[in-house]
Amino acid sequence: MYLIKRSLLVSIWFVLLTLPLLAVKVDTTNETLIWRWENMLYVAVSAFVLYMLWLLAMRWRSRQRRSEELAQPRVHNLYSTITDNKVIVGAFNLILLAILVLLPLLSSGYQINIWTTALIYVILGLGLNIVVGFAGQLVLGYAAFYAVGAYTFGLLHQNFGVGFWVALPCGAAVAGFFGILVSLPVIRLRGDYLAIVTLGFGEITRLVLENWIEVTNGPGGISNIPRPALFNLELSDTGTAVWVYYIVLLFMLIAFISLLRLKNSRVGRSWIAVSEDETASEVMGINTTWAKLTAFALSAVWAGIAGVLFATKTRFINPDSFTFMDSALFLCIVVLGGMGSVYGMLLGAFAIALLPEYLRAFSEYRMLLFGAAMVLMMIFRPQGLIPPKARQYRVSKLLGKEAQS
Amino acid sequence: MEKALEVSGLSISFGGLKAVSNMSLTVNKGEIVALIGPNGAGKTTFFNCVTGLYRPNSGTVRLNHPERGEIDLKGLAPHVITSLGLARTFQNIRLFSKMTVLENVMMGMHSRTKAGIFTALTGSRYARAEEQRIVDESYELLEFLNLQKLYKANAKSLPYGDQRRLEIARALAAAPLVLLLDEPAAGMNPHETLELKELVRQIRDRFKLSVLLIEHDMSMVMSLSDRVYVMEYGSPIADGKPADVSRDPAVIKAYLGEEYNA
Ligand SMILES: Nc1ncnc2c1ncn2[C@@H]1O[C@H](COP(=O)(O)OP(=O)(O)OP(=O)(O)O)[C@@H](O)[C@H]1O
Ligand SMILES: [Mg+2]
Repeated sequence: MYLIKRSLLVSIWFVLLTLPLLAVKVDTTNETLIWRWENMLYVAVSAFVLYMLWLLAMRWRSRQRRSEELAQPRVHNLYSTITDNKVIVGAFNLILLAILVLLPLLSSGYQINIWTTALIYVILGLGLNIVVGFAGQLVLGYAAFYAVGAYTFGLLHQNFGVGFWVALPCGAAVAGFFGILVSLPVIRLRGDYLAIVTLGFGEITRLVLENWIEVTNGPGGISNIPRPALFNLELSDTGTAVWVYYIVLLFMLIAFISLLRLKNSRVGRSWIAVSEDETASEVMGINTTWAKLTAFALSAVWAGIAGVLFATKTRFINPDSFTFMDSALFLCIVVLGGMGSVYGMLLGAFAIALLPEYLRAFSEYRMLLFGAAMVLMMIFRPQGLIPPKARQYRVSKLLGKEAQS
Repeated sequence: MEKALEVSGLSISFGGLKAVSNMSLTVNKGEIVALIGPNGAGKTTFFNCVTGLYRPNSGTVRLNHPERGEIDLKGLAPHVITSLGLARTFQNIRLFSKMTVLENVMMGMHSRTKAGIFTALTGSRYARAEEQRIVDESYELLEFLNLQKLYKANAKSLPYGDQRRLEIARALAAAPLVLLLDEPAAGMNPHETLELKELVRQIRDRFKLSVLLIEHDMSMVMSLSDRVYVMEYGSPIADGKPADVSRDPAVIKAYLGEEYNA
């Protein structure tokens, strides 16, 4: 009953709110008012239904919370039984890898392009996750470092004829350099200064790219960026797309494996410690400034690599690909996939990159849907689709005992 | 007796408030020293100054390091101070809640280990050996504190008393010369407090370190500590053997209250 009463109230409220906008229309030719009451009906009904669903969801969530508090820590739920099993995880990895490797052989050039973008998004998600997920520092201008990588390649090629394989380390280094430069003044401070500074850097980068026409060619961008060379072979269009796909896949795998390794290392643990409690981390002997700086620099390096890969994939870059929207999108990948989660980035990036492509009908409402998805995630699954998994440690002493029992 | 930690003339103020003023304190090797005083006396602030979290306005903090001799800790960053041989626990427990019990102890070993980004990325043999070593050492520390059965559990899922002891384990993991405990018995039941008292002694003997502890439980302070310092409004008002301090009129007036005397 409470549900219906509240929902009714909300729907009336919405009707009143939207009345002047949606119901009243001035017919300028006849100078009369047209009342569109049917619009009000839509608003009333949809507000009622949506709010009711919302209340139900909230109720479900609080029940969930309560049962979680009551229950003993569930050590052996299904998820951890599966993910702890080495054979299952190994098989899963193999199948996933096989799919990704075989994909270009089974699909058209158009499809390959989409999937290449998705893999670049995975790299960006992984890179951003180092600083956001592991080290717990919010970065709002990640696209700027992506841009630095892409433009490093574009400009090096335009001015010096540099090829992909030389541009790749250059793009990574320049992006890393900017990462350090931007973060150095604020990285010692606590709080969200890094978010503000990177937000500013993101905008500055975009403005510079748009307005420094002599160098960057402004909104016109840089075109004719070369594809990676393959032993001087002449490849067909689809052939080069496949070749680029495999290169991107290779770097995605490198990013993936290095993140898995970092996460379970001394450095990765220090990042996670810093994200939780800087004071306690300092007292544990962690140089928190250094930890944050390395996380951010490494993150920027991966953005730079992704930028070079993007440039070689599209062969044309302009400032439109590196807006705040893109930064927000990359952050969506991390939040959606799970902060601090490595496998989550696959899911997050694929969702963000592929859904709009395959659900063309929705692509106009892309941002709206992502926004709604984010809000729902924050409320119902703040840890992300695939939350980071606790690592299993092997204590030498216990190895014999566990084998016996 | 050889000094382990010597603080002299330490002062710090926040705005107009003199949280600690002209506080001096010495901890000798192998000693258990207690720091007591009413709420808000500045005991935790004193710890924060010694461990580098706050920058004192004046005073010196000297640590006697077995290899490097006397080191002035004042002005050094907290992580450097930890690596030189001071480790502490917090009054309001600050465990890493996203980590397991074992990982929390491993965090304590950060300053004693070296593996960096590149060794981690390449999965070098050195990094793996170091990792295994700290896993095993951490587990042994947990055994010492009788927490080993819980090593896989999430740190925050532990009962309160166990969380306090886990913080001690984490501090011990840094292999300190002086261990600073900020109200380790707070929130423990009498039985746990009794065990804790024994534990602190065992720690001192086994790890050959000195202990400086803040504590409100007077029975624990009296029976455990070799010497006691008393603070009030940021200033030292008395120090000495527990029995002498507990008879000091100023201490009775400021902290213990008349009934304690009876
Ligand atoms: N960062 C700070 N900024 C301002 N004032 C502070 C700060 N830290 C401590 N103080 C003040 O310093 C005084 C001493 O506080 P402190 O926490 O050191 O007391 P304490 O002796 O540990 O007390 P308790 O027994 O309650 O733990 C208090 O008045 C406190 O409000
Ligand atoms: Mg205190």
